[in-house]
Amino acid sequence: MADMTKQGIGRLLAKQGILIAFAIFMIGFALANQRFIAIDNISGVIRSSAILGVMALGVTFVVIGGNFDLSVGSMMSLSTIVVLDLHDKIGPALAIPAMFALTLALGAFIGFLVGYMKLNSLIVTLGMLSAIHGLTLTWSGGKNMDIADKAGTWFAVFGQGRVLGVPVPILIFAGLAIILGIVLSRTAFGRKVYAVGGNGQAATFSGIPRARIVFLTYVLSSFCVAVAGLLQASRSLGSQNTVGQGMELQVLAAVILGGASLMGGSGTIFKTVIGVLILGFIQNGLLLMGLAFYVQYVVTWGIIILAVWLDVAAKRGRLWSPTA
Amino acid sequence: MTEITPVLRLDGIVKTFPGVRALDGVSLSVMPGEVHALMGENGAGKSTLMKVLGGIHAPDAGRIFIAEEPVIMTSPQQAKAKGVVFIHQELSLADELSVAENIFLGELPLKSFGRVDWKTLYDTTDAILETLNVGFDARTRVGDLSIANQQMVEIGRALTVNPRAVIFDEPTASLTDAEKVVLFKVIADLQARGVGIIYISHRMEEIFKITDRITVLRDGQYRGTLITAETDEDEVTQLMIGRSLDLSRNASHHQMGDVALEVRDLTCGTLFQDVSFSLRKGEVLGFYGLVGAGRTEIAETLFGLRTPSAGQILLEGQAVRITSPIEAIRHGISLVPEDRKNQGLVLGMNCRDNMTLPQVDGLRAGPFVSSGAEVEIFDHYKEKLDIRTPGWRQIVGNLSGGNQQKIVIGKWLSMRPKVLIVDEPTRGIDVGSKSEIHNLIRDLAAQGYAVIVISSEMPEVLHVSDRIIAMFAGRVMREFTSEEVTEDNLIQAISGIKEGRVA
Repeated sequence: MADMTKQGIGRLLAKQGILIAFAIFMIGFALANQRFIAIDNISGVIRSSAILGVMALGVTFVVIGGNFDLSVGSMMSLSTIVVLDLHDKIGPALAIPAMFALTLALGAFIGFLVGYMKLNSLIVTLGMLSAIHGLTLTWSGGKNMDIADKAGTWFAVFGQGRVLGVPVPILIFAGLAIILGIVLSRTAFGRKVYAVGGNGQAATFSGIPRARIVFLTYVLSSFCVAVAGLLQASRSLGSQNTVGQGMELQVLAAVILGGASLMGGSGTIFKTVIGVLILGFIQNGLLLMGLAFYVQYVVTWGIIILAVWLDVAAKRGRLWSPTA
Repeated sequence: MTEITPVLRLDGIVKTFPGVRALDGVSLSVMPGEVHALMGENGAGKSTLMKVLGGIHAPDAGRIFIAEEPVIMTSPQQAKAKGVVFIHQELSLADELSVAENIFLGELPLKSFGRVDWKTLYDTTDAILETLNVGFDARTRVGDLSIANQQMVEIGRALTVNPRAVIFDEPTASLTDAEKVVLFKVIADLQARGVGIIYISHRMEEIFKITDRITVLRDGQYRGTLITAETDEDEVTQLMIGRSLDLSRNASHHQMGDVALEVRDLTCGTLFQDVSFSLRKGEVLGFYGLVGAGRTEIAETLFGLRTPSAGQILLEGQAVRITSPIEAIRHGISLVPEDRKNQGLVLGMNCRDNMTLPQVDGLRAGPFVSSGAEVEIFDHYKEKLDIRTPGWRQIVGNLSGGNQQKIVIGKWLSMRPKVLIVDEPTRGIDVGSKSEIHNLIRDLAAQGYAVIVISSEMPEVLHVSDRIIAMFAGRVMREFTSEEVTEDNLIQAISGIKEGRVA
């Protein structure tokens, strides 16, 4: 009987484990450092998570559709550099749509390769990660990109503005999360994404155009990258070529942390948002504890492993398998 | 007088899952040298019981005894160490490895420095294969073997320990008649060695041929144990489903309507050639033939999954070109595919979403999918098809095979098709759901649906069809009305013998 109680606890841990672990983490940090739960710190964490969060929203669609997207970090660098460069050349009102068009074109290209050409998404997007980085360096000539008149441009409003006291990046992240959450859960397109990722063959047998759905998830993902690039560029008004480097893994971490299956077919926008916030708060907590920023790389990795473990444990109903 | 003790005994096993009492005090005992059948509809609890026995699920109550010693099972490996071995329906072999490596996978005999002792490995394996009397040796690559022979490898794996009890789970699902004979011989040998055998199968013929006793489960409850020699199919069926199964001929008594579908000289490369037939509203047209005769390929072509190289398809007299499932659906053709799990359903999705998947575009309220309209469709077909599920939120993968199949049928009926194609309507489905699905097909015809049924089971084809097309090697051999067809002439036709002459 003791064995069964243990199993019950195991099941609870496995199901709600990530929230429980998060709560313990938060309480620990709050006790260690009062600043952690100050309103401005919380608002700051959400604001700095917004860029990552926006990208994670798009990648959620790709992952539920049964594919990977490792190109988002490098694509975000390109979007940022391009919009900053064009800002001074053609003005912000034209720079923004031009940057969106370019980013969406790249997303469409990836979507074409993975959806219609049926190439492996891991390989395609890993390749694009590198290729787009090359494109960024070619565009900028390897130099940092800066807006000349930083004080005088309305372009700063996306990254630095506030509406009713709420930072604009938070509003954009929240607004996009709500819209995409509804698209995923309430529209026919969302349903088809789940079907294609859950069982592509059954989707085909139900008359769902699998290739087009996969294609669209990548276009949607690139749209989110463009928004993220806009926020990034507007916040700093200048950027290095590598601003998005490594973010693809953090994005993926947030999505997995939220509980989307890497096999496709499951996950929600709400869960991804939770995943993004967990990641953001933990990194912030580590910084407040006075640990160097690179410690967060190790901790983030540990958290991902923990999340994957708990996910597997939930599926088999045990925390570990007694036999291999 | 020495008393014979059971090799294996399960006593009062209870297992509850959230919301379901999967096993409710089930007992079963297997004597040495006995073949004990375990029967029940899908969802009756057979698999759960075996998972409890294999240590995959811990029982909530009840005990397991091996040779009257109480044991607690924690894993299939541990069960094997105790002499209880499972031969699963789905094979779990590594295609690229040799027979010997597969049989001793994880327990290869070793020499010093972890080197594999190949000679011992091959010799021991060959000795095991000899007892199985098979025509291949230890060095054969498993991927090169037939399914039946792969099953023999799986059995060989069981023989590396000295088993006390062997559990066969639907072992003949993919075997030919000749292969079955070999399997039954192996079972008889095990029996002679005093091994107790649990034999899980839906096939009555086999059960009556090889088993000594039959234990029947229904809805997780123990319904009784019968001595095979003293019972008959009717009694077993009644115990399983609470009534008897009707497989009589069933030609339509209702009026047939206009021609719904006409196919003229349809050819698809080497898969099938010059196939012509017509189908009226209110008619069930059966397609019967061996695997590879081209039946499924015709269905896939009609559904736009394959492109015909020649021929014509006419729907209600209009010639149509169908190049994708999307177009087939638009033209009013529905296909219930043969592979339910891979082609029919998204197992991780709920019942409602699966059912409305092909028409989710049409169920809009503004930009959104109308949940109300979806639930209405689901509830309608849940009632009409008697789908047993707690509600539409239930994940389809958790349903029994019969209920899953009803979801697929509901999915395509809700499209109100002009032509409904059902490929293997009752594959992997228990006997009770089987007759329900047969009745359903007859009902649909009576309501004026034009239905094509493709099946590998002769009783099924004979039971549901108004006409039967016999296929052999991609060609239509003969067309029978339900009055003229007999089992003999049907078998002749699908073996390539055309009205007495060899084709």
